[in-house]
Order: sequence, then structure tokens, then C-alpha cells
Amino acid sequence: MNKASLVSRLSKAIGAAYVVHRPEDLVVYERDAFLVGRALPDVVVLPRTTEEVAACVRLARAAGMPIVARGAGTGLNGGSIPIRGGMIVALTRMDRIVEVDAVDRTALVEAGVANAELTSHVAHLGLFFAPDPGSQVASTIGGNIGNNAGGMHCLSYGVTTNHVLACEVVDADGNVFWAGSAATDAPGLDLPGLLCGSEGTIGIVTRAIVRLMRRREAVRTVLAIYRSFDEASRTVSQIVATGILPQAMEMMDEEGVRAVESQYSLGLPADGAAVLLLEVESTASAADRAMNELRAICAAHGAAELRIASNEKERHDLWKARKHFGGALGHLAPSNYVQDGVVPRHQLPAILARIREIGRRHQLRIANVFHAGDGNLHPVILFDPREPGMTEKVVRAGEEILKACVDAGGTVTGEHGVGIEKREYLGWMFDDATLNVMRRLRDRLASRGTMNPDKKLPIGSHEPFSYATAAMLGETST
Amino acid sequence: MAAAVARCVHCGFCLPACPTYQVLGEEMDSPRGRIVLMKEVLEDRLPLDHALPHIDRCLGCLGCVTACPSGVAYGDLLTPFREMANAKREPAAAFRRRLALLTLPYPARLRLAAMIAPIARALRRLTPDWMGDLLALLPPTLPASVPVPGFAPAIGARRARVGLLLGCAQRVLAPEINAATIRVLRRNGVDVVVPREQGCCGALSMHAGDPTARRFARRTMAAFPADVDAVVTNAAGCGSGMREYPLLFAGAPESDAASAFAQRVVDVSVFLDRLGVVAPPSLRAPLRVVYHDACHLSHAQGIREEPRRLLAAIPGVSLRSLDDGELCCGSAGLYNVEQPAIAAALGARKAAALLATRADLVATGNIGCLNQLRLHLARAGAGGRPMPVLHTVEILDHAYEGTMAVGTTLAS
Repeated sequence: MNKASLVSRLSKAIGAAYVVHRPEDLVVYERDAFLVGRALPDVVVLPRTTEEVAACVRLARAAGMPIVARGAGTGLNGGSIPIRGGMIVALTRMDRIVEVDAVDRTALVEAGVANAELTSHVAHLGLFFAPDPGSQVASTIGGNIGNNAGGMHCLSYGVTTNHVLACEVVDADGNVFWAGSAATDAPGLDLPGLLCGSEGTIGIVTRAIVRLMRRREAVRTVLAIYRSFDEASRTVSQIVATGILPQAMEMMDEEGVRAVESQYSLGLPADGAAVLLLEVESTASAADRAMNELRAICAAHGAAELRIASNEKERHDLWKARKHFGGALGHLAPSNYVQDGVVPRHQLPAILARIREIGRRHQLRIANVFHAGDGNLHPVILFDPREPGMTEKVVRAGEEILKACVDAGGTVTGEHGVGIEKREYLGWMFDDATLNVMRRLRDRLASRGTMNPDKKLPIGSHEPFSYATAAMLGETST
Repeated sequence: MAAAVARCVHCGFCLPACPTYQVLGEEMDSPRGRIVLMKEVLEDRLPLDHALPHIDRCLGCLGCVTACPSGVAYGDLLTPFREMANAKREPAAAFRRRLALLTLPYPARLRLAAMIAPIARALRRLTPDWMGDLLALLPPTLPASVPVPGFAPAIGARRARVGLLLGCAQRVLAPEINAATIRVLRRNGVDVVVPREQGCCGALSMHAGDPTARRFARRTMAAFPADVDAVVTNAAGCGSGMREYPLLFAGAPESDAASAFAQRVVDVSVFLDRLGVVAPPSLRAPLRVVYHDACHLSHAQGIREEPRRLLAAIPGVSLRSLDDGELCCGSAGLYNVEQPAIAAALGARKAAALLATRADLVATGNIGCLNQLRLHLARAGAGGRPMPVLHTVEILDHAYEGTMAVGTTLAS
């Protein structure tokens, strides 16, 4: 089947308006929020139902085309970039919240529903969807499942896999099946667990039954400002040692503060070396007690200033500084490369020193935000891709940072997923015996090269990166 | 334009704020996608006419500017791009665009168009679709024109002296808004000067990327005397347009004059809020009001609190909150004419959200929104009396005049 005949069959299956094949339309689907890579798809489909997704998958398979699922395109690992060409299945038109069960606290949603949209839809019931990645205003539930997204509050609520009870899946042959069950504790193999974080390599999730959480009675939020990063880090270690489990424990260094301050003028000091954002949720009296303890620990470890949110608006403003960090990076540089390493919490000061050393050696500016509570760090390398050789240098520095995380006893990704970016780095963590089990499992479920090929697991070459950097070198601007 | 492009880090935070993305769910009809398309065109990698359909579908509501964490000045990218694009448009499309731009900004022509509209409607099968969409916008009958004095003195002690922009389409479609504005300003101790020489401010043409905007702008700047404290407007689109004059005349001899003029332009809600309104008497019955943010007030000028404060200052008024209030109603200047399907989808969505508030009436600060909301609230209300839509100053006027009575005397 040639491309023209595929386009005509796809058009018959889902409507010509929802089959994108002209170059000017395809060009907007060549990238996501992973700024150092891009590749054009051959065709993009925008199905509205599971049956339409299945029909598109069958046609692409018949045409021998690889299939890449895509949500809002906010991913940071290049997972939705079609590096082998083929068909992108964009799930953005499957955006219905089908059913909310307020008693059992579950929701049946389509994959294209935006994360924050679900929470705002159930807010009047006192409920929320717990995974809250920084991209939550735009990123979709399907994308959250594909990457097993985390967020600011996963310290206490866990990540996406802890909130997905069941998924409807279109497999690589275009068959539809349900994994898991609306009842908790589904027997059999943990298929939802396998799907969460599989990055579209074994099937396309089209609908999901997710858990909703109940808002607690009280929430208390404080922002602590420090003159030294070490003091902030020691505060985190002390809080963990005390046994208090805040719902969120976020840290940002001065470059990070500068980015959000340029946009939102929240009055954060330009000379503060670090800010720490702490939040506790509980009954009112327990939250107050925990917050008093936290404030005392902050003060004892050298916090120069404590800002307490006295109402929802102030709380929202404090969170805005953190949640909009990624989007505000355009204030600092035309491009950036976001890392997603994890280290044991006590290693935070050491890893930061190492990151600074790497930045100095490569002469690169690096801003840092951390989900300090679980040792997940997001160093962001700021750069201008128009400088010759810059992108390669940035990718090299990123690799060194992640290697340092692994050497410190951590991992190469906490919540952003692997994609094309960190594929080869999995070899630092797993030996061939382990990787081969993963490969065999994947290849059994989806024939090789069909579903999001050459993502997630090592292929033994950095080739897509060299592809990406070569493309970027031809850039005149970003 | 290059600076605006370079700022975008492709994070996607603009997607949920974009009305066309909400309706169509396609990347090329999102702000992020359009920035990529404009960049490809500017760098000669994509022919203009390939990108244009998606650029044309942009409402110019600037919801994305509010949402963008990196401060991408999308409006400063879109307006010059549209002007460049218009110069290269194919003739039939250019004519359709010109026809609307040759009608709406001229009160006499608009009045004439409205008069012949019933005839054209009767011959509907003979006219092209796009003309039908243009005609559907015109009300079946025009309100009688209300004479506006050249000068209206303050009542009581004089607190300020302002020039009033009447708005080209507004004075034909809803002359009562200007009458109410003048009454409210006078009652607040404001001398109102209404220059006879004024015409269209050029906002409609400017936002459509039409070069006639400069001619309109020059005439508007010349029309207003130097001795007024402010140039007051009661139409969001006009206000944001006049405040963009510096962009329109960037690098031109009028540049300084444009900046000085732009600084004097103020929306009537902001003017009254700053001045401090004379407290209106209490309404006879409680009134639930839902305020609809016009994009050209909220996103383009950051005006959100002032109109709400004015309404809340009326004893008896309670404000209802509106779901998805940041999303455009689909009016957007010429958009209704050029993209009727998307405009209608957005209008229906907005009407449903407004009805869900169970408010007694809707307040808004822009003639375009006002017409769009009336049209879609009438369609949504199953035969019953539609939820009324009034300009914020009209509600204030009713409060002062003691004529607020929902369901009986309210004109809507």
C-alpha cells in the first residue's frame, strides 16, 4: 500500500478532516517538548473513538508503517517523535470524561483528557486526580500513563501506576482489550502495571479507569528561602529523619528562581541561593502541628525567610513558581535540555556539586529544580542551538549528569520516561540478562518495529541522537 | 517577530488556553503549532498559502499570552504576520475580507447593509454561503440611532474631562451603550467630549492585518483634543487596538505620537474604577450577574478585576463565577464571518457555561461579545426568554436610573 492509498483508506475510516498528510500540517507534529530532536511523520490521524484507533492501527500495519501514539506533545524524552517515520496517532480528540463514580472514587476517561481537566471536573465533589506533573494543564492522561508520570505530590501519593485501575488498549494488531479491572486488586498478571510507563511500545491506551483521591480537610504550605543550597538540602535530610512525610517537598536553585520571577514577579529574592516549598495535608490540627515542626526545622537550618500561604490564592501563587518553571525557561535561553535523574536523598548536596562541576567544565549554565523529597532532580541545561557544536556539547553534559546519578546509587529517570533520550543509558543500570527479558516481553506483545520503534530499550547505538543533533545544526533559530 | 519565536520552548502550556485547539484538537491549530508554521514561512521553508488556513483560524484572543510561562508575545507575532500575508492573498479571499472591512468600520455603510440584509436573506439560495454567515450577524432590525451630543457636561462638581470613542459598529448595532456611558460618566462628575471627526479606530483592520488600519489610526489620533484627561472607550477591541498604535507605527514618523496617544487610552471600566464610582442606590431586587471577560480586555489588556469591582459596588448585585471563563466566545472581530463553524461551536459552548451559572443576566465589555452571546443564548434557550446580555456600564446606568428590573423593562 503506498502513502496515497493509505491516506485514502484512513480517510474512509475516520473522515478526511482527521487525516493529516500535507507537509505544512505534518511539520507541527515533528517534535514535542524534547527540544533536541525532531522527525517528520508520514501521516497523523486524529481518531475520536477506540474503534477508529483500532482501524487506523490495522491500516498502518497493512501498509508496514510504524505507529507512534501522541497526547499533547509535552513529553521531555522525545517519546512521541516518530524517528522511524510512520503514523502518529494523536489522541487529543478523545477528550471525554465518560463517567465519574463519586462513591467508589473512580473515573472512566478517554486518553486525550488533560490531567488538570480531570481534577477540575471532579473538584466540586472534593476529589482530585493525584499525579500532577508540571505539564498537567496540557498533558493528557494517556501520556501520563505512557510515561508513568509523577509530579510534585508523588512523594506521598505515588506515581501514575498507583492510580490506574484499568486501561482499554488497542494492541499492535488493532485488537482491543481491557487490562485490569475497576475492582481493586485484579487477579492475573499485572497488565496495567506493565502498560504504565511502556511509552507506547506495546499498545495504545485509549481509555482508562483511574482512581480519584479525596481532598483532606486542611492543607498548609510554606516557602522557605535560603542563602545557601547546602542549608536547604540539610533541611530536607532533617525532615526525612524526623519521620514527617510532607505531601510535597520541592527545591529550586537561583537560576530556577530567576526564570519564574521574570514572568510572575512573585517577589522571590534574586540573591537567595535556594527555595524550598513544603506542603502538608491532613486534619486541620495535625496539619498545623506538622507545619509548626517543619517551620522550626527550616529555621534551625538557616532559612532566611519563611513565607506561609494564608489563603488559597497565596498557596496557588507559591505553587505557580514551581509548576510553571519548565514553561518559563524561555526567559533564560532559546533552548534547554531537561534532565530527570534520581539519587538517594542524602546525596543531594554531593550531586549538586557534581552538576555544577560538569557545568563549569563544559561552560554551560544549568538551572536546578528538585523533587527533594524523593531525590528526583531536574537539572536544566540552558543553551542557544544556533551556536555551532552546542547541541552535542549539551547532550554530552546531560549524559555525564545522569551517569553521576547512577554512580551515586540512583537512576536515569524519575518520571519523564526514557524515550529516545535515555534508551542507551539503561545499560548502566541493567545487564543484558535483564534487558533481554524486557525485549522478549515487548516483542511478544508487539512485533518488533511496529509500536513506537527504537524507544525505551537500548538498540546499541546513539544513532537517533546523532540524527537529532545533525538536524539541529542546520537550524537558524529555535 | 524573531524574538517572539525564539522565546517559545514548546512546553504546550498554551494548548488548553487556545479555543481553536479546544474545538479542533489539532496541533496546527494551536498557538505552539502556529508559531512553528509562521517560523517555517519566515524562514522560507514553507509556502505562505500552506500555512495560512491555520493562521486565519486563530481568533487573536491572546488567551495563549495569558497562559505562556515564557512570555511569548504572540500578538506581536500574529499582527505583522497577518499584514504580510494579506499582501499575498489570492484575490477571491482578499475580496471577501475586504468586503467586511469595507462595511463594518463605516457606520453609514453598516446601516445600509443592515437595511438590505432582509432582501439578501430572502434571496439566500442565490448568495454564497459566506455571505449568509455575514448576514446572520446583522440583527433583523437595527435599533433607532440615538443622537449623541458633541459635549456632555459633568453633573455636580467636575472631577475629570474625557474624550469618548463611540466605536464604529457599536454606534449602529447598540447605540444605547454610548448613551448609557455618557450618563454614567456625567453622573460621576466627568465632562464628556465626543469629537465629531472620529470614525473607526482601526482595531478591526489592524487585527485582521489590513493596512487601512494606519489611516484610521491617524484620523483617530487627530480627532481627540489635547485637553482631555483620557480617551475613554467602552469597546474592548477598540481599547486594545488603540493601545497597540505604537506597534502599528513602529519606526514610522508617528511613532512618538502613537505612544503618547496609547497612554491616554483607557477602558471605561478602568477609568471609573480608578476615579472611584459614586455609589449607586440599592437595587429593588437582588440580581445575580455573571461577568463575561472579553478577550481584548482580559488577555490583551489585563483588565479583569475593574469591571467586576464596578458591578459588585451596586448594592443587590451578586457575581456568579463562570467555568472556562478565560476561553473566547468566538466573536473576535471578523472571525464570525470568516470561520463561522468554529465561531458557532465556541458560542454554543459559552452559552451553555453562562446558562449553567443560573445568573439573571450577563455583563460584558465588548460589542462583539455582546452580539455573539445574545445570538447563542437565544439559540440555547429552548424557546423561552433568553438570558439578557448588557454592557457593564449599562448595568451601572440602570442602577443609577432605578430602571433595573429583570424580565420586564430590560432591553436585551
